[in-house]
Amino acid sequence: MSTANIYDGKGIYRYLDTAAAWTLAILWGMPLLYAIWTAFHPAEFSTSFNLMAPLTLDNFRKAWNAAPFARYFVNTFMLVTLVLSAQLVLCTLAAYAFAKYDFRGKTILFALVLMQLMIMPDVLIVENYRTMGRIGILDSTLSISLPYMASAFGIFLLRQAFKSIPKELDDAAAVEGAGPLQILWRVYVPLGRPVYLAYALVSVSYHWNNFLWPLLVTNTVNSRPLTVGLQVFSSTEQGVDWSIITAATLMTSGPLLLGFLLFQRQFVQSFMRAGIK
Amino acid sequence: MRHVNAWLFLLPAMALIVAFTHVPAVNTFINSFFLDGRGGMPAEFVGLENFRYLLEDEVFLKVLRNNLLFASGTIPLSISLAMVMALLVNAKLPGQAWLRLSYFVPTVLPMIAVANIWLFFFTPEYGLLEQVRSFLGFSGVNWLGSESTALICIIAVAVWKDAGFFMIFYLAALQQVPPSLGEAAMLEGASRFCYYRRIVFPLLMPTTLFVLVNATINAFRMVDHLFVLTQGGPNNASSLLLYYIYEVSFKYWDTGYGATLTLVLLGFLGLASIIQFGVIEKRVHYR
Repeated sequence: MSTANIYDGKGIYRYLDTAAAWTLAILWGMPLLYAIWTAFHPAEFSTSFNLMAPLTLDNFRKAWNAAPFARYFVNTFMLVTLVLSAQLVLCTLAAYAFAKYDFRGKTILFALVLMQLMIMPDVLIVENYRTMGRIGILDSTLSISLPYMASAFGIFLLRQAFKSIPKELDDAAAVEGAGPLQILWRVYVPLGRPVYLAYALVSVSYHWNNFLWPLLVTNTVNSRPLTVGLQVFSSTEQGVDWSIITAATLMTSGPLLLGFLLFQRQFVQSFMRAGIK
Repeated sequence: MRHVNAWLFLLPAMALIVAFTHVPAVNTFINSFFLDGRGGMPAEFVGLENFRYLLEDEVFLKVLRNNLLFASGTIPLSISLAMVMALLVNAKLPGQAWLRLSYFVPTVLPMIAVANIWLFFFTPEYGLLEQVRSFLGFSGVNWLGSESTALICIIAVAVWKDAGFFMIFYLAALQQVPPSLGEAAMLEGASRFCYYRRIVFPLLMPTTLFVLVNATINAFRMVDHLFVLTQGGPNNASSLLLYYIYEVSFKYWDTGYGATLTLVLLGFLGLASIIQFGVIEKRVHYR
């Protein structure tokens, strides 16, 4: 929580600050507020704002029936789960190796890992698409998630956390006869819990929202995530019905938005922590 | 024995990173010297032909110019707005929690979804911007349909998406500023402006550098809203590098030239990464 600062605006300046802050907030919140308004009112009110306009859930029903959103939800949910669980396992093992062991070539390997921070899979779409074609897994949840499973960011974040764990704990566990994997599981993973939470929130929101790569590797309803499904849905629609599109938009971002509202504080703090790249 | 364990723990992650980052990066380099074989023919080695074509390709030059304009628009705007937002919500203003929520919410929303709403805002005749415009009595503008305004709209949406995200890092940094510095400045009789300029901004420098690099990387990677808003049009006026790569490689299936274009993009990202490593070192010195 912020403490009152001696240089915070006083008197008239406080009013000016407040006005500026709220103007920005309204500008920033407008797209979402507009979407909420339109989605819950009949189509004829999507361009004219009338406080007496009747509320309706019709737009959601129509949108839900106009495209296989249930399937898209299942796909996105599977995608996010698969990516996150693979990331947690792979990044934990790699981070443990980097934090605990001294071996030849460690610096070079770590530099190779860090290169992925800059050259993300989103950029190498042409080559990665070819690879997926060669393995023969195009149009599957696996093909969307494979390039992201080993995340340099996750490895880096966990390595930082593991490095701060005192060596004595490690030695004590070793004296008790615990093997490396047991030490990892019993000592390191529990102590890294806040970092795991932060990383999970960032990862889920990233992959829930990801678009370009899933668009390329999927071409049927069986594997398309929500973002791609929404795009297909809103661009093939004959005669644009904004109220249905905003309803679909809200549905697509709904679970993530809800999660954000519930975990707001952790979300914001996890992004702060994520900043320590 | 210990080393065997380390290698085993690293193996799965390293294999995937090499397979989806390093191998494709090297292949991109190699393929940029080839022309795709059509109809089952093998690819043909053409030397620097793709690079020569690059310099003559007017669409590429336009897209490159667009991307540089996009970068020089989004980077300073999103960073300065982020700083303003952070300074505002670091103070105890009425509705502080709501203000923070409102600034940060675009970060969590899928770009592809909110772009649909922005599309409506920019729609000619009855879109929100047009309603405001006609209320003020100016003549009609086809925001996304005319070459002079399309890129500006793309920039505006990107700034809206990024500013709240960068605000978080500034907010974190501001909360590290010890209140005693403000008290000391007050005793010395420093004005509010002087306090920010001489004490707060210098303390925020490491954050600014960090955010700057992230904003640069974003400026070359952000394409999602293009798919909904303009598809790079009209006449490529709003197309960006990654979008052009997508078009060349997946609409025209010219993957050799796509590789050449990707190499250019990798060049920009590499440049940003060199700065990033400089930044990381600087941050270490500060702490």
